[in-house]
Amino acid sequence: MGIYVEDVHLSFGTKVVLDGVTVVANNRETLAVIGPSGAGKSVLLKSVVGLLHPSRGVIRVGDQVVGGLTKDGLVRMRQDVGYVFQFAALFDSMTIADNVAMGLRRLEGITQAGIDERVRECLELVELDGLDARYPSELSGGQRKRAGLARAIATKPTYLLYDEPTSGLDPVTGTVIDRLIVRMRDELAVTGIMVTHDLHSAYRSADRIAMLYGGRIRFVGTSDEFRSATDPVVRSFVEGRPELLEGVT
Amino acid sequence: MPIWVLRPFGWLGRTVIETSAYVGRWGTLVWQAVRALPQRGLWRPHVVPQMARIGVESVPIALFIALFTGIVLALQASYTFTGAVPAYFVGALVGKTMIIELGPVLTGLALSGRVGANIAAELGTMRVTEQIDALETLGYDPAGYLVLPRLLAGTLMFPAVMFLATALGIVGGWVTSLALLDLTTHEFVRGLRLFYEPFDIQFALIKAFSFGAAIASIGCFAGFTTGGGAEGVGKAATRAVVVSSMVILVLDAFWAATLL
Repeated sequence: MGIYVEDVHLSFGTKVVLDGVTVVANNRETLAVIGPSGAGKSVLLKSVVGLLHPSRGVIRVGDQVVGGLTKDGLVRMRQDVGYVFQFAALFDSMTIADNVAMGLRRLEGITQAGIDERVRECLELVELDGLDARYPSELSGGQRKRAGLARAIATKPTYLLYDEPTSGLDPVTGTVIDRLIVRMRDELAVTGIMVTHDLHSAYRSADRIAMLYGGRIRFVGTSDEFRSATDPVVRSFVEGRPELLEGVT
Repeated sequence: MPIWVLRPFGWLGRTVIETSAYVGRWGTLVWQAVRALPQRGLWRPHVVPQMARIGVESVPIALFIALFTGIVLALQASYTFTGAVPAYFVGALVGKTMIIELGPVLTGLALSGRVGANIAAELGTMRVTEQIDALETLGYDPAGYLVLPRLLAGTLMFPAVMFLATALGIVGGWVTSLALLDLTTHEFVRGLRLFYEPFDIQFALIKAFSFGAAIASIGCFAGFTTGGGAEGVGKAATRAVVVSSMVILVLDAFWAATLL
C-alpha cells in the first residue's frame, strides 16, 4: 500500500523537470524527498496526486495507477490522499472549521453532526482547538500550516503528501510540525512523502531520505546513510558547500 | 528572399496559433463547467451569492453610466435634429439607441471592468496561492465549483442589470427633454414609440445573455490561467478586462450583422 513512482518524466515546454524519477514510499513510512530549489520536488508531489500529468512513466498510489484513472476514479483516489500545501492553501473566505470540513462534505453518507465531530477531532489533533471560527488571515504561519494538516487528515487518508511543511517557520514551530508528521505516521498509520529542503526536518520526521537532483533520484537511504554518503551532490547538500558540485553531472 | 520580408508572416502565424490556443483552452474550461451541471450540490449553493456579487452590486455603476448616457443622447439628438426633423424624434433616438445598442454595450463594458476584473483577480489569487489545487485534492471539480456559479450568475444577471440601465437611460433622456428641451411627455413618448419594434427587446436580451456569459467566462479563464504571483494576478485582471471588452464589441457587431 505504498506510493510507487517509476521512470517518471515531466517537462514544461523545453524545460525538463523530471527525467526518469523512480522512487518508492513504502507502506506506513515517511519518505523525505530533498533537493535544491527548482529541482522538481513539488512537481513530483503534484504528479502523485494527479494535478500534473507526466509525459512518461507510471505512478501508483496503492494499487491504483494515477495516470489511468477516470475523473471519478481520480476524485475517489484523492479522498484517500491528504495534501499539505507549502503555504497551507487555506480557503481565505472560509473559517478554519469550514476549511477542514471541505473534504468531508464530498464524502457520501456523512451527516453534519459527523462532519462537526470530525472537524473538532482534527483541530484537537493539531492543537488548534478553539480556533475553529477564525479565518486564515487571523492565524500565524505555523497555525496555518497546522490547519492545512488538519484539513488534509480530515478524511482519514491512507497517504499524506507534505509540500515543504516547515518552510518559512521558526525552528520551534518547525519542530512542532515535524512531530505532528511523526504522529500522523505512528497514530494514523499513514504512508507519507514530504518534500523539503530542510535537512533537519527530514532527519526528524522521515524514515528514509531521497535526493532529487538533475531530474532524477540521486540517492535513497536512511538519515544515517544520508549523513555519511560520499556522493558529492549529497555531501554538497549536507555540508552546504556548492563548490563540491563543480564537475558533477 | 530577405528575412525581414518574412517576419510579418511569422508574426501573423504566431498570433493566429496563440489566439486559437487561447480560444481552445477557454472553450475547454467552459465545457468542463457545463459538464458539471448534473452535480447540483457542487455549484447550486454558490449561484445566489454570485448573482448578488456580479449582478446586484453592479447595478449602481451601470445605472450611473446609463443615466448620463441618456441625458447626453437627448441633448445631442436635439442639437443634431434642430431645424431638420421634428423635436419628438429625440424620444425615438434615445429609446432606440438605448435599447438596441448603448444599454447593452455600455453596461457590458462597465461590467467587464467591474465583474471581469473582480473574477479574474479572485480566481487568479486562488490559483497562485494553490487554493484551486487544494480544491482538486479535496475531490472538488474546480470548473464546477468555481466557474459554473459565476458563469450562470453572469449570464442570468446581466440582462437584469442591462434592463434597469436601459430603463434609467430612457428616463434620463425623458427628464432632460422635459427640463432642457421644451418637449412634453406626450412628444417624447410619441418619438419613443415611433420606431419601436418588439424584436428590439429580444435583440437586446440576446446581446445581454451573450455579453454576460462572455464577461464571466473570460474572467474565470483569466483567473484560472494566472501564473507568477501578485504581478500575474494584476495581469490576469487586465487581460480579463481587455479581452472581454474586445469580445463584447465583436459580439455586438456579430449580432448586428446576423440579426438585424
